[in-house]
Amino acid sequence: MELSGGDTWPLTQDRWGRRCHRTRGQFGPFALVLCLHLLIQAPSPFALLGPAVASCGGFARTMGSGTSTQHHLAFQNAEKAFRAAALIQRWYRRHAARLEMRRRCTWSIFQSIEYAGQQDQGKLHDFFSYLMDHFTPSSHNERDFLNRMFTGEGLPQDSETERCSDYESVEVPDSYVGPRLSFPLLPAHATALVEAFRLRQQLHARYVLHLLHEAKKHLVQLPNITRVSTCYSEEVTVCGDLHGQLDDLIFIFYKNGLPSPERVYVFNGDFVDRGKDSVEILMVLFAFMLVYPKEFHLNRGNHEDHMVNLRYGFTKEVMNKYKIHGKKILRTLQDVFRWLPLATLVDEKVLILHGGVSDTTDLELLDKLDRHKIVSALWCKTREASAQQAEEKDDARPGAAERPVPWFLPQTERRAPPPSPLRPGCGAPPAGRSCGAPCGPGAPCAPCGPGAPCAPCSPGGAGLARQARRSEDLELERRGRAGLRGGGAAGHGAPLPAAEPPEPTQQEWRQVVDILWSDPMAQEGCRANTGRGGGCYFGPDVTERLLQKHNLQFLIRSHECKPEGYEFCHSRKVLTIFSASNYYEVGSNRGAYVKLGPALTPHIVQYQANKATCTLTMRQRISRVEESALRALREKLFAHSSDLLGEFKKYDAGQTGRVAPSDWAAAVEAALRLRLPWRLLRPQLAGGAEADGDGALHYRAWLAGLAQAPPSRENIQSSLLEKLYRNRSDLETIFRIIDSDHSGFISLDEFRQTWRLFSSHMNVDVADDCICDLARSIDFNKDGLIDINEFLEAFRLVEQSCSDGGNAGAGAGAGAGARAGAGAGAGAGARAGAGVGAGAR
Amino acid sequence: MADDRDREEAVVAELHKKIKDAFEVFDHESNNTVDVREIGTIMRSLGCCPSEGELHDLIAEVEDEEPTGYIRFEKFLPVMTEILLQRRYRPVPEDILLRAFEVLDSTKRGFLTKEELVKYMTEEGEPFSQEEMEEMLSAAIDPDSNSIHYRDYITMMVIDEH
Repeated sequence: MELSGGDTWPLTQDRWGRRCHRTRGQFGPFALVLCLHLLIQAPSPFALLGPAVASCGGFARTMGSGTSTQHHLAFQNAEKAFRAAALIQRWYRRHAARLEMRRRCTWSIFQSIEYAGQQDQGKLHDFFSYLMDHFTPSSHNERDFLNRMFTGEGLPQDSETERCSDYESVEVPDSYVGPRLSFPLLPAHATALVEAFRLRQQLHARYVLHLLHEAKKHLVQLPNITRVSTCYSEEVTVCGDLHGQLDDLIFIFYKNGLPSPERVYVFNGDFVDRGKDSVEILMVLFAFMLVYPKEFHLNRGNHEDHMVNLRYGFTKEVMNKYKIHGKKILRTLQDVFRWLPLATLVDEKVLILHGGVSDTTDLELLDKLDRHKIVSALWCKTREASAQQAEEKDDARPGAAERPVPWFLPQTERRAPPPSPLRPGCGAPPAGRSCGAPCGPGAPCAPCGPGAPCAPCSPGGAGLARQARRSEDLELERRGRAGLRGGGAAGHGAPLPAAEPPEPTQQEWRQVVDILWSDPMAQEGCRANTGRGGGCYFGPDVTERLLQKHNLQFLIRSHECKPEGYEFCHSRKVLTIFSASNYYEVGSNRGAYVKLGPALTPHIVQYQANKATCTLTMRQRISRVEESALRALREKLFAHSSDLLGEFKKYDAGQTGRVAPSDWAAAVEAALRLRLPWRLLRPQLAGGAEADGDGALHYRAWLAGLAQAPPSRENIQSSLLEKLYRNRSDLETIFRIIDSDHSGFISLDEFRQTWRLFSSHMNVDVADDCICDLARSIDFNKDGLIDINEFLEAFRLVEQSCSDGGNAGAGAGAGAGARAGAGAGAGAGARAGAGVGAGAR
Repeated sequence: MADDRDREEAVVAELHKKIKDAFEVFDHESNNTVDVREIGTIMRSLGCCPSEGELHDLIAEVEDEEPTGYIRFEKFLPVMTEILLQRRYRPVPEDILLRAFEVLDSTKRGFLTKEELVKYMTEEGEPFSQEEMEEMLSAAIDPDSNSIHYRDYITMMVIDEH
């Protein structure tokens, strides 16, 4: 059969490998010929055509015989079918594209809210650090208050006596029916533990403490970088963030097999926070680590950090599950976390660490430093800062009375907050310039720029330093007794001299923060990770240099949620692996783990640990996640009602009460600064009854619609509530810090003091007596104590009204189901949801 | 006259902002470029309904002299603005779409079997990739009868969009 011209029709392939034709939307002769070509190939009902039709369209039409009419008809039908199919495909592709766009927007929403929350955390700690540097407590009460805020350890005498009898003193009642552990642990115990947790049993505090105690003993012996070889075991399975999602861990063991001497596992950090079973995950991971010490490995993540836990839910989970012993457990965990190894190296070729690398990452230094000195990424006193402070103390003695007024108290000039300890990228401070004290009077504190001092603010007055040193001494002593030397260097068993400084150097601290907090980016170079407030964004050149320098093949990291559970970047030299499926919302993303065989080729396995999602279509899944994101966004909008009103008025000079769609978008961006595609989101956020035919919005009605139910406490002004609401995550974090014994109560006085300090720093203007009124109104039984949870309930009611889309809420709070909430304030483990999509900005 | 021009400028300005918003969703590095493979999605989310062939031609128009795999906003904006102003590549109305399905359903049963749909979509027109086919099937197919009742399907999709 001969075809004219068209058999070399350019059947091109697009990047997805789809075959497509370069038509111009019209089906000219070439297309017809192709159509014939296909028809003859394909077994279709139209293939009753014979060779007679094997030429350009015009030919068939000129044939006059009876058979040709038949052919002609068939031919026309074929053409119609071709066109019909093309039309349907065109329409469908548009539908799919719009779904994709919705998905991306949803992801952006979640991501920007999440990162904004993380930035807040950074700001909060700026505040505390500066406070510790410059606030002179005017009374014994205030001094204690501050001490408690920052050490979170209670008074010195507690820590000593409590430590010795950590678990031994805890009795297990006969009525306890949960799993029991005996040490040394056997594999059967670990497996039984998994099963018990699957049946929703809870491990008794005594066993938790004992397990943590044993875990720490083990961790202390490990080097900073674990070496794994595929000679001994066939495969290495690497899992990413779990974030308290026990279902995913159980699924991984189910699908991939339980840990064993033949099955090496590496868990790459972020075991806790956000999900509701962080405790259980830790127990399982530590149990297997003890049972298979050579085959089961853990890396520290940025959430293995007690400061981060305060905000993101782990602290709360522990206190809820262990009301009596939670405090002890948390303290022990603080210790355990800082002893977690920092990275794992497979066959000296594949480097596994939680966040990423920076252009200053030095594996040799990482190997050698004392990792346990880095207690938290968010607050760390470094050796330089200590020295600086000691110097200052010597110099400044007579000047105590002439100290500048702390900047957060009312004064003529507003100053910028001091640089966050998390903002790197400035290099070493020039010699002679003050590192520890961020601001002098009158000097603006710019965030790090080249040449600017950028040491972390040194928190802690003299009392604190002493206390820190004492606890370190105890630690060193104990290790000396155990015949171990901390950190990565070879141990010789000799007890350390008491003179060794307990703090890390700034360089060491930054090395660790970088590997726990950094994210890859597509552009070359290395810049500060402004999204998270810690670590950096590193480009493909940074990766390449590091891999070459240490003769590595590629990097495996986690830290970022990906829709498919994994993502390659930097020409497949960096693999992100994320193991918490449905992280933002049911259906938001898959989880994945990666297996490496002796050839070190990564083999990815994906899953989604929720049967419900399998039956949903993509469309339905996207809708659910989208609804969740929009809910979170509406909450944020509500929280900024006053600001929004102000912005709208700017665009409504004629006081018509309406704004044009494009002005709406500009106003919202000015108020919220989330850099979201507001015009794309407008139909879903502001497309209701408040909009006119031309799209102009009645903004007051719209704002009112964002929160239908009035606040339940009449004596609280709505603007005050709004301010508190907006800052509730920060407030909750502060409360939890003040409430150092985790009793759930703080005194009225503490509340007032905290709020006063907080409001100055955060530039929230609220009159003092309003706060006193508020405090008193919350203290229901008038015993001078405020129940934190009751206070936050006010916000939960507000959130509820947002999430119900305006129906005055009864029933479960906003935490039910959706976890998109900008902070932990919503009671049921709400999380600051964030976006879908590749890469942080 | 001046009024008309003002209005036109306002319209264009609004279009520019719309296009920028959509573009930025895919501009992951915030450097005013997007991966060329996302152009189709961007265009379609702005209301256009081009065929794959038309899309290819458009991409050729907005690509750099030496294609880098990325499309720059400066080149994309004028082309896209023009398309929107001229209202090119309008989507098909539902009734036409319905007729398209009816063409394929030659015996007018009111539905297509899964096999038929797969065959048409993967062999005719501008064929689907396997992934596209699976996605369409997951939403369209009635599991009991293993067929696609296209009238219902269209209605469902249309409601979903609005």
